[in-house]
Amino acid sequence: MVQFNWFHVGFLLQAAQWTVLLSLLAFVGGGVFGLAVALCRISRYPLLRWMTTAYIQLVQGTPLLVLLFLAYFGLSIMGFQLAPLAAAGISLTIYSAAFLGEIWRGCIQAVPRTQWEAAECLGLNRFEQLLRVILPQAVRIAVPPTVGFMVQIVKNTSLASVIGFVELSRAGNLVNNSTFQPFIVFTTVALFYFCLCYPLSVASRRLERRLNAVRN
Amino acid sequence: MNYTFDFLAVLASWDRLLAGAWLTIKLSTMAMALGFVLGTLCATGRLSGIAWLRTLVGAYVETIRNTPLLVQVFIVYFGLASMGFKLSAEMSALITLVINIGAYTTEIMRAGILSIHRGQIEAAECLAMSKTQIFLHVVLLPAVERVYPALSSQFVLLMLASSITSQISVEELTAAANLVQSETFRSFEVYGVIALLYFALSMLFRAGFWLIGQLAFTRRRKLGTAL
Repeated sequence: MVQFNWFHVGFLLQAAQWTVLLSLLAFVGGGVFGLAVALCRISRYPLLRWMTTAYIQLVQGTPLLVLLFLAYFGLSIMGFQLAPLAAAGISLTIYSAAFLGEIWRGCIQAVPRTQWEAAECLGLNRFEQLLRVILPQAVRIAVPPTVGFMVQIVKNTSLASVIGFVELSRAGNLVNNSTFQPFIVFTTVALFYFCLCYPLSVASRRLERRLNAVRN
Repeated sequence: MNYTFDFLAVLASWDRLLAGAWLTIKLSTMAMALGFVLGTLCATGRLSGIAWLRTLVGAYVETIRNTPLLVQVFIVYFGLASMGFKLSAEMSALITLVINIGAYTTEIMRAGILSIHRGQIEAAECLAMSKTQIFLHVVLLPAVERVYPALSSQFVLLMLASSITSQISVEELTAAANLVQSETFRSFEVYGVIALLYFALSMLFRAGFWLIGQLAFTRRRKLGTAL
């Protein structure tokens, strides 16, 4: 029987690149839609607020695994035969947008009301108020939790393995199928994830301390 | 799109889905209770004066929080079995979920305990309360009260994450759905239905936590006010 060796580690390393790519895809997609969700949540139109609230409640109330199955198996009935990467990218985007949207809404609302009022007194319209006064301040508050959420995204890409996308976890399964040494294989996989996530966790904590120090 | 939806084929196996949902409820409730105990113990360990205990708990929390639950489940189920510890799928799932939620609870409880003002403890000492009494009544209960919202949403996330245990053949809701799907080929209908079921479950758990909160924390005060 084949023993777990450096060739397998190289294979896992290659698969880790797909994990990184999928994470980036989810973060960019989730970031774009998440910003839209955050803005809709603070909109003056009740319908927009109501719709995005429903979206957030629904996504945060269902497991990502089920979203993945829905995107992968479910969308195929409409005639789309989605590649695993596309299905994983779409469901991770939907998932991240709901969480990032809610995080960022909190950050925007953490900027004191008086800032809006002061900007209004300067004759800025609502869009300018948001873009030039509120968002630059909200970004400061938003950076640490956003970096923290990136850890969640990286970890959640592991679920893409169940629809056959060969990223780190799936590669671990494949290696395990040929070596039958699950303990060492999955510990190595876990170590790879740790190396991806831990720097982000540390960065999030550092940023939080530093940006808070500036604010106080 | 010419596809006729057929929810009846899915609803015909409602008993299976219900059994799956029941296992999801049992599994996550047990994991929450045990994880809360583990997390509280670890939080006190992390705040204790014993250096090696602090390091140990810190390492545990960081390891768990920076690796995916899926891989943790695989290590416990396949990894331990290969080393001679044969556990059933349900047992492995429960152990992993407890270890996982324990790490998150540790961090939340640590924040809660740290939020208790030093003066409260000194006041309790002046009233001649014992160390255990102080910890239980002056530190722990107000700490839980303060972090209760964070704790309950973390627990709801755990209930949703328990769907991952379907990957090691635990017959919970998602696994039941996979089974129904492979028999009826009605994938959209099946996963649509269980998405709604999970949504209902998370509402149920939130309502439950609200009720427990009402019963456990009888003093009424606004969040963020002094304890």
